[in-house]
Amino acid sequence: MSPLDVISAALLLAGVALNLLGAVGLNRFDDVFARMHAATKATTLGMVFVLTGAALQMSHLGDAFKMMLVIVPQLITAPVGAHMISRAAYRSGTELSDKTAIDELAEHPHGR
Amino acid sequence: MIAVTNVALATITLSGLLCMVRLLRGGSLADRIIALDTLLVVIVSGVGILAARNNSPIFLDMIVLAALLGFVSTVTVARYIEKRGAR
Repeated sequence: MSPLDVISAALLLAGVALNLLGAVGLNRFDDVFARMHAATKATTLGMVFVLTGAALQMSHLGDAFKMMLVIVPQLITAPVGAHMISRAAYRSGTELSDKTAIDELAEHPHGR
Repeated sequence: MIAVTNVALATITLSGLLCMVRLLRGGSLADRIIALDTLLVVIVSGVGILAARNNSPIFLDMIVLAALLGFVSTVTVARYIEKRGAR
């Protein structure tokens, strides 16, 4: 196991563990907005680690750049998609879980 | 390296199954969309591991498209939810 293999193995395992945490968080949280945190943040970072680890394994440089081509758009688009989903869910009346302390958006004039 | 990718692929399958559990049990439509989006990102990671394991560049084009299609579909359904309501 050359040092490069060790680094990419560590990155792969860390990324996969983050993906698992994201999936577990998806099931454990109790309303849409809390699940949103686990689903987008953990899995996106997990994917960044996994693909970086995989890029280190690639023999051609072009393949590694193609993997970067996956990471960069995902880092840009994941927050946008998550925001749109949660705004649509909030606007269309998904009820928040009972553990919610305050709902600041409710007092806002066009919050609902 | 093969053993590491074995373990990684096993864990990826587990997280994929967990996403499917949320997909089936999903409270509202928005939950199902998040589960699907997460499932897609998990699949992209899994294919990335496969590409590293076989050291073959064939997989890479698919990952790029899958990641972008995932985003487009999430946005489309978000527009749909806003009109219809996520019961």
